[in-house]
Amino acid sequence: MTTSEIQFDTPADPVVEGPVLQVEDLHVSFPSEAGRVRAVRGLSYHVSPGEVLGIVGESGSGKSVSSLAVMGLLPNSARITGSIKFQGRELIGQSDTELSRIRGRRISMVFQDPLSALTPVYTVGDQIAEAILVHRKVSKSAANKRAIELLDLVGIPNAAERAKAFPHEFSGGMRQRAVIAMAIANDPDLIIADEPTTALDVTVQAQVLQLLETAQEVTGAGIVIITHDLGVVAGFADRLMVMYAGRAVEKGKVDDIYQQPRMPYTLGLLGSIPRLDVSEKQALVPIKGQPPSLTDLPPGCPFAPRCPMVVDACHTAEPPLVDVDGSLEHAAACIRTNEIAATDAEGAEAAVEIFGAEVADEPEVAKIPREQRDVVLGLDELVKEYPVNKGVVFKRRVGTVHAVAGISFDVREGETLGLVGESGCGKTTTLMEILNLQKPQSGEISVLGTKSSEVDAKRRFAIRRDMSVVFQDPMASLDPRLTIHDCIAEPMQVHGYSKADINRRVPELMSLVGLRPEQLSRYPGEFSGGQRQRIGIARALALEPKLVVLDEPVSALDVSIQAGVINLLEELKSKLGLAYLFVAHDLSVVRHIADRVAVMYLGKIIEIGEVDSVFDAPRHPYTQALLSAIPIPDPVKERQRERIILTGDLPSPANPPSGCRFRTRCFLHAQLPPEKQRTCIEVEPPREVQAPDHEAACHFAQVRQVL
Amino acid sequence: MAGFLLRRLVNYVVLALVATFLAFTLASATFDPIGVLQQRNPPPPAASIEAKKRDLHLDQPIPQRFVTWMGGVVQGDFGRTIADRPITDELGRRIGVSLRLFLIGITIGILFGVLLGVVSAIRQYKFSDYFATLFSFILLSTPVFVLGTLLKMGAQGINDSIGTNVLIFVGETTPGFQGNWFEHLGDRLQHLVVPTLTIALGQIAYYSRYQRSSMLDVLGSDFLRTAQAKGLTRRKALFKHGLRTALIPMATLFAFGFGLLVVGGTFTERIFGWFGMGDWLVTGISAQDTNITATVTLFVAVCVLFSGWLADVLYAALDPRIRVN
Repeated sequence: MTTSEIQFDTPADPVVEGPVLQVEDLHVSFPSEAGRVRAVRGLSYHVSPGEVLGIVGESGSGKSVSSLAVMGLLPNSARITGSIKFQGRELIGQSDTELSRIRGRRISMVFQDPLSALTPVYTVGDQIAEAILVHRKVSKSAANKRAIELLDLVGIPNAAERAKAFPHEFSGGMRQRAVIAMAIANDPDLIIADEPTTALDVTVQAQVLQLLETAQEVTGAGIVIITHDLGVVAGFADRLMVMYAGRAVEKGKVDDIYQQPRMPYTLGLLGSIPRLDVSEKQALVPIKGQPPSLTDLPPGCPFAPRCPMVVDACHTAEPPLVDVDGSLEHAAACIRTNEIAATDAEGAEAAVEIFGAEVADEPEVAKIPREQRDVVLGLDELVKEYPVNKGVVFKRRVGTVHAVAGISFDVREGETLGLVGESGCGKTTTLMEILNLQKPQSGEISVLGTKSSEVDAKRRFAIRRDMSVVFQDPMASLDPRLTIHDCIAEPMQVHGYSKADINRRVPELMSLVGLRPEQLSRYPGEFSGGQRQRIGIARALALEPKLVVLDEPVSALDVSIQAGVINLLEELKSKLGLAYLFVAHDLSVVRHIADRVAVMYLGKIIEIGEVDSVFDAPRHPYTQALLSAIPIPDPVKERQRERIILTGDLPSPANPPSGCRFRTRCFLHAQLPPEKQRTCIEVEPPREVQAPDHEAACHFAQVRQVL
Repeated sequence: MAGFLLRRLVNYVVLALVATFLAFTLASATFDPIGVLQQRNPPPPAASIEAKKRDLHLDQPIPQRFVTWMGGVVQGDFGRTIADRPITDELGRRIGVSLRLFLIGITIGILFGVLLGVVSAIRQYKFSDYFATLFSFILLSTPVFVLGTLLKMGAQGINDSIGTNVLIFVGETTPGFQGNWFEHLGDRLQHLVVPTLTIALGQIAYYSRYQRSSMLDVLGSDFLRTAQAKGLTRRKALFKHGLRTALIPMATLFAFGFGLLVVGGTFTERIFGWFGMGDWLVTGISAQDTNITATVTLFVAVCVLFSGWLADVLYAALDPRIRVN
């Protein structure tokens, strides 16, 4: 990266004294059919020059709305009151034209979804140049030149060439880099990043976070980073503000909040995150219920209905944000902060104590050694390739996408195998092949000892009883026109259960997943995301399967809800002796729930084994990089960690590198002497046993601790 | 890209042939021009009926008749009408009349339809949006012949109040009009206004509905927010980033709208006495004339397929995501 060519203010000379941004008593409300939605209710905060403020909260907590209010990008229907002062200048009430002079020049923004944040019809270079041209009187060619410099600065290789590409030719990570390039183009004094890494893979997330730090260094801007992931902000933010139901419920220095949270909601949030760095079974704190509707809030603390420490006084008035622990910098909105302070435990442990979370029992079958248990699902050198066609009238095959290039693993009775990897690595293809139960192009899939290549349609239908699936998106995977009863009953009807059996079993299933059987006549639209995922699980369990395939079952849920679903899955596994194939990109969740883990890269399993062995002593450089990329919700640990930043994106599976597929991004490979490098280039590494139940496919595998 | 479009073109030639063959076969099988001839009073002599049968190749099987006719078409000869006039002579003039009416009508329709749709979307649920919606629905539910007649009456009213015939709504030009080319142009414009308006109003109503919904899709999009976050004013972001993207799905509509209109305008042509292609189709069918019917069908097929091709070109021009290398 060459920063020298580009002129930025030095961080040492702040333009204005005092905070860059000062928000006082901000209220935002929107009209809706159910009445006014009070999305932000009396929010105050400030950001000093060069400071990083993290805003944390679940969806609907008002964190995005409040920052869009700062940018003046809320729809006209929004009613905004209070004060937003940017460098001492009031922004509320300014016209769009006046605000547009500040937007992009003094305050800039990085959005959540890089896939849709760029206009599809203009080139990336043009869109960055536009950001310069609207604010500065420079020639078009000068703006283009600077756009290329900026792309180079944000780490896009071959920037001059790539500037001419359209957004769809960029990967998600590269698009987010382009958006950041746009955000720093005019050397802003404040950058607002709204969930900048949520839609990205972990390795890319690490790259983007590092880039934001670089951006902060070169521009000296204050940064507001909005996230729902307490891990992301732990190492990056200086101060933290936790939002709930449109208000700040706790704010303070990052270390104080992680170590001495004083508001039960913050405690719950901390306790609900599965930890990557904890090997013993950790109890996850589920926060019961769901965030309140913001149309008519009852008097009292909005968190009271979900709070384990609730007392009668909580319902009388909404507690103000007051300083705690005699510190001027740490404030919480709870009337029982002193009692929380009195507990001996810190952070997440205090949450477990207060919320009373428990670890699910091990299933009975787990007591039998793994080798002696039945194989529920077995994959042997499974291959799935797609043709790449060209031409419209005369289609001709020009290549092959090697989506799954020969993978083998087995899942035994009562065990959970986590299948992890970046998007595009072949996880979903593998899953679809398993669910399809057709004869694979090559290799073998066997379910409960029956090979998929040898079964007829009738037998295949019978196998489907033993294997069911839970999908990622609980909103899309239930038919909105069927009642919950019909949703859950459908698999049983298909498999010819009697009406009496179905009517007996459906309420049972509802209770099993922690929902009330009285709600059976309702429609999916009346349930929250977490509840719908429970319904999806009930449906998957209807036929009493032996194996449940879970495709990212918690990734669409808020953290507090996620913990409840994970706990449910663990409880069901122990109660019913299920085996899970758990596909996920979130390694923390996998560590928490899985017994074994398989790491995929470009259609191959590069490391597989017992979960603690793989996480504590990873052998493959890719696993090491993946693990090191995941932020840990602990500011102290997080600041000390050294990240392995992978360069670039996943190569195309249509044209995988020769020999070891990971070598193009491998930091280990880069350090090897040339003759050893040749081994990587020429010979595909076989999967070799590294430790008991731990295999890795690397010529130069060595243990490296990254947590 | 050029190769891709060329291959499409070859496909289209085959499709046009198939469509014309089907129309020709259907017309030949159902039309009975000799029967019409025999019902004349006094009936024509048997010899001339025999001669007519030979002229129209009615003694040959239908596929052979098609080959004979198509052979002529390839050389630019579309055969003769039952009244024994060469079709080719009339074809060019009639195409010119139709295209003049519809190209202008549809261009106005697209421009104002898009504009109305955009305004409607930006001011969703405001008075102007409700007004545009009402205007569109009234026009869309009014049959063309009612609209045409109403506009005629309106034009008559304007003429009466001015005192001279400014707006002429019969024919496409004044028969026997004398003058230089400039005066000719003026005369034709006077004839053009009302029928063009008839076409354009319907088109505006139609396109504005689609443009409105396509614009609404774009209004909530993240990239529009990014454009504003860069420092573009809302208006500028809406037009430069929003409208440009919202036009992409409209490309197909524009292209096919044109292709279908050329025959769909039959009513308009009949109401205003314009002897265009739509009018000719009706004339041909009522005269039981296979050659006219087949010729108009071929023309329509070419128009529709050209529209398809145009849609591809427009799409490729508007959307970099589908450009084929």
